[in-house]
Amino acid sequence: MPHNDHGFTFRCMRTSTLLSSVQLASFVAHGYLRLDAVVPDEMNREALELLPLGIPGVPYGTPVADAYPEGSFPRRLVELPEVAGALRGLVGPDPEIDHHAVHIREPREGHAQHLHGDAIIDVRPDAFDVQLMYYPQEVTPDMGGTLVVPGSHLRRTNETDTGRYQNLSGQTRLVCPAGTVLLLHHGIWHGGRRNDSDRHRYMFKIRFNPTVPQVRLWDTADLDSSDVTTELSRSFPWYEWATGRLEIHNRVRLWRALTGDDSFDVEHWVTRVTNRPGQRSHA
Amino acid sequence: MSLRQQVLVLYLASSALDSPVVGWSRYDGTGESQPTTGDSDSPPYPDGVAALRDGWRLIQAAQLLPPHPGDEYGTSFLKHEFFFEQLS
Repeated sequence: MPHNDHGFTFRCMRTSTLLSSVQLASFVAHGYLRLDAVVPDEMNREALELLPLGIPGVPYGTPVADAYPEGSFPRRLVELPEVAGALRGLVGPDPEIDHHAVHIREPREGHAQHLHGDAIIDVRPDAFDVQLMYYPQEVTPDMGGTLVVPGSHLRRTNETDTGRYQNLSGQTRLVCPAGTVLLLHHGIWHGGRRNDSDRHRYMFKIRFNPTVPQVRLWDTADLDSSDVTTELSRSFPWYEWATGRLEIHNRVRLWRALTGDDSFDVEHWVTRVTNRPGQRSHA
Repeated sequence: MSLRQQVLVLYLASSALDSPVVGWSRYDGTGESQPTTGDSDSPPYPDGVAALRDGWRLIQAAQLLPPHPGDEYGTSFLKHEFFFEQLS
């Protein structure tokens, strides 16, 4: 029972609120999940004292229990039931910490981050990292809440090469209550917006690496729900007409990897272009 | 003072200049404004032709390039990028 010593998995399984298939499908379509005000006020107040001081880094690939001792602030954050349940569904029971960082947008700093994806171009078809973004204070429209482009996570671009793009239809400029957590696919296009307020804006980010195959890690009771297909069929206003179809094709490929179901499709997009009777007859 | 260039970049839903705007950027050579990432939720024009009618000069349109063999389903940068300028 290594998990008894390990701690994180056991606690996570005991208290978690697992995601549904529809929620997973929404993540696959949008590239993120948003959990509003899931961190209690007393922890948010604690965070606003801790984050300005910084949180010491850990080596890449450190197990959660080693990175964050029991009782530490990050450990309590990732063990909150809604957070633990969502992480369990996305990256599995024993993720490793890639790295973490405190992000601060200075008051009236005058500039925004260029639109980017983190790390380097990462086109893994059957695995993904998750980045947790935690906002300990209410983020108002003038505080430069993170810009996120829904449905951008499967685009094959490298870091700030997207910096030319300032605004895309349907982008989300984060405004949220204190204690909100975003869980994002590693490829999502995002950026810290210009803070036009007189207050510092804090965000704590943790990147998780999965250590198990990311297959059916959530509550799959609703796997056959028509709402799953509805989510995976979703379009976004910034999609070009033709490329938008490819986005759905690529989501289907990811959904097949996450479910192990190679027959799943939306509108016949993948089935049609992989139908090769000649290959079947010679198999 | 000599003329300064203002640049408008529109990203359209298809390669047709009269298709809807799905993304936009501004760069101001006069220094009178500082457009930046995520500063607007509404496009400046409904489509590319509307920008022409408002006096913007089209100076570059994205080429139409076939996908690389083996990467026909990959998605990447926005494909239908149009650069406009005004001098002021």
